[in-house]
Amino acid sequence: MKSYFSVIFTGAWSLITGLKVTIKALFTPIVTVQYPREKLVITPNYRGHIDLIKFEDTGSHKCITCGSCQRECPSDCIVVEGEKREGVKGKVLTVFTLDFTKCSLCGACVEACPTNALDYSDEYELAGATREEFHYDILKRVEERE
Amino acid sequence: METLYSIFPELIRIIVCAIGGAVIVFGNALVMGYAERKLAGHIMLRPGPMEVGFHGIIQLVVDGLKLMGKQLVVPAQADKPLFMLAPILAFAPVFVPLLVIPFSDKLQGFDLDIGLLVILAFASINVLAILIGGWGSNNKYSLFGAFRSVAQNVAYEIPMLISLLAIVFMTNTFSLREVAAAQSPVWFVVVQPLAFLIYIVAMVAETNRAPFDLPEAESELTAGFHTEYSGMSFSLFVLGEYANMFIVCSVATVFFLGGSSGIDLPYAEYTGVVWFLAKVYALMFFLIWIRWTYPRTRFDQLMNFCWKYLIPFSLVNLLITVVVVKLI
Amino acid sequence: MNVEPLEDDRHHRFVLNMGPQHPSTHGVLRVLLELEGEYAMNLHPVLGYGHRCHEKIAEHKPAKSFMPNTARMDYLGALIYNHGYAQILEKATGVEAPQRAEYIRVITSELNRIQSHLLWYGAYLLDLGAFTPIMYAFDDREHILDILEDITGSRLTYCYYRVGGVSKDIDDKFISSTRAFIDRLRGRFPMYEQLVNGNIILQNRLNGVGDLTPQTCARYGITGPMLRGTGVAYDLRRAEPYSVYSEFDFEIPTETKGDCMASFLVRYREMEQSLRIIEQALDKLPEGPVMAAKVPKKLKIPAGDYNSSVEAPRGELSYYLVSDGTDTPYRLKVRTPSYSNLSVVPEMCQGMLLSDVVSAMGSLDLVIPEIDR
Repeated sequence: MKSYFSVIFTGAWSLITGLKVTIKALFTPIVTVQYPREKLVITPNYRGHIDLIKFEDTGSHKCITCGSCQRECPSDCIVVEGEKREGVKGKVLTVFTLDFTKCSLCGACVEACPTNALDYSDEYELAGATREEFHYDILKRVEERE
Repeated sequence: METLYSIFPELIRIIVCAIGGAVIVFGNALVMGYAERKLAGHIMLRPGPMEVGFHGIIQLVVDGLKLMGKQLVVPAQADKPLFMLAPILAFAPVFVPLLVIPFSDKLQGFDLDIGLLVILAFASINVLAILIGGWGSNNKYSLFGAFRSVAQNVAYEIPMLISLLAIVFMTNTFSLREVAAAQSPVWFVVVQPLAFLIYIVAMVAETNRAPFDLPEAESELTAGFHTEYSGMSFSLFVLGEYANMFIVCSVATVFFLGGSSGIDLPYAEYTGVVWFLAKVYALMFFLIWIRWTYPRTRFDQLMNFCWKYLIPFSLVNLLITVVVVKLI
Repeated sequence: MNVEPLEDDRHHRFVLNMGPQHPSTHGVLRVLLELEGEYAMNLHPVLGYGHRCHEKIAEHKPAKSFMPNTARMDYLGALIYNHGYAQILEKATGVEAPQRAEYIRVITSELNRIQSHLLWYGAYLLDLGAFTPIMYAFDDREHILDILEDITGSRLTYCYYRVGGVSKDIDDKFISSTRAFIDRLRGRFPMYEQLVNGNIILQNRLNGVGDLTPQTCARYGITGPMLRGTGVAYDLRRAEPYSVYSEFDFEIPTETKGDCMASFLVRYREMEQSLRIIEQALDKLPEGPVMAAKVPKKLKIPAGDYNSSVEAPRGELSYYLVSDGTDTPYRLKVRTPSYSNLSVVPEMCQGMLLSDVVSAMGSLDLVIPEIDR
């Protein structure tokens, strides 16, 4: 019999303390961001799709077409091809494509590159209409970037 | 013999009441829908509707237009007459109780001697609508929602009625205007706090609001009895629910919070409606507040709570009221 | 699978399909419920809706390249899956991770555990009908995701650990933001207790639902917070310490009743213990490299079979690797905790009301992709 009444009082008190929490939250400022009208600043370490870095001293990339990234990739999404041109030491990069639909963002390619030519981009607003939009031509991207 | 000329004032009154009823129901849905979503958002530390209009103020209008334009999908092998009848049955009976509520001293549709009984009678048609909707959907989840709703609504009508009966014993009348007028020195919430609390809990259960929203328990039963409804049928259910909330909060205001009494404004007989609406919407804010705070009760715990806690306390309250009224 | 009509004396029951799409089965789990009124008499989970052949993929890739797949198996405990896999490869090949890397692994794994428990907390309360605690839990979780995004680059499916260490060192910003987060979460616990844990409606929903005993857990192979809710203080971080867990002082929360409330409280208190571990690890963090000196590019695994177990947020996670001497495993078996945890549902939930079935399944903390792999 006593527990009948004590349950009522403890229960009612627990309900009231719950209400106090929510009413306090009603007057705290919101924590969400109204995307796409406001955007958050992305950390520079964000792991987007890879891009060749454009170095200022040469004005171009530092890829030596060794193919390590292609070998290390677990998902087989990188294609690297080069050709030998006369007068130039080593191979010249002609094709560097990334099939981003298969990429698992593991970072093995960036770590495998012996010249540190690859880095992550910070593009996260990736929405496309066709699958081919995500077959990036990395060589063209680095040549077109200023 | 009554000519058209002699019953003309009554006709005008009927037309004004009908228009007023429609304005109240739809206006209430607009205000309540917007308030619920905004308050829910801010309790959850997010802004709520922000896109359409300034801070989403015309969101409900746009939603209404969208729902009106959607296809009315009737599931295969569903009982089509019952399926189409249920939303109408949920929505139509809300107009009659609005006629007997005294919004202020002079603003009342019809002052019936049995006003309270009319309100309670029409509020229980909602149960039938949910049962018909759940059965007619040919969906086991909807059937569950319908079963739970019937038991819940029928059970919680009893404490609701008994706590109101305590007030009726004190004022000796069922007419709502006289009950509101009888609270001149002090509101009945001070005299009968226990009845007020019991009525508030029963009110939450009658309108199927959280934490008693098992008929439409979203995470257990996908959407309960209105799973299969889309477009205008669904919006009729929602309109009926918001109008029901308005009606039960108005009854609480009239019976416990003094109706339209408050600081006298100019033209007090008509502008008392401001105080009335303020009290009603304060109670509705409370309903929204508890919806977004508490988890859902389990079904047998809900029935236990009604039979073992609410009904004994309301009966004791009635007994004490009767004894005190007899002695005074 | 086809559902046959019920014959014999069960004809007054009906079969309700809590199908692959349901708000409460977190993920694509299908449960066939035979209901008698509202009582669930027979439950039959149907698995396989999320099978992605991870173990078969492991037989075709070099072992080092399988690391991103481990994160996809349980997306909520991705770093811990990474840890188990890095550990088994280090055991197999004899590469040793430096001390600083081990400490970083412990710190980030415990942050991941807290993040998983916060999501479980919010989602479980959403199942029970409380709509706001999930938002507060996700608010805290966002801080963890921001901290981890700063060093790993990802927010959910991390691929941060490597054979021989971690791929990137932590900096002062990580340490200061982690310390700030620890203070913040400790300050939030009283709010959670007032809003959720003490609430009478929640206590009525969870107390007495389910009755696990240590013997039942032993029969089904249940580990993790469910087992600790029955009174057995078995935690792999204490029972078979791996990495550097033996250097930290933390408690193992246990409860005795074995119902949903017990595992609820165990998981809730584990968050505080994880905060303690992170604090001690940050204080004791040694200097040094974060990657082993010599890790061969082509990682050949000596022939034989190897085993490693870690404590995932859901229980004991084991990897079993059979190698034939090349760099591609011959067979990789992953023993995930949710698979064993789910198998107790037909016995535990028999005769329960439908709402209780939802409560019980939520308290198991299932992540379906790790059941189906």
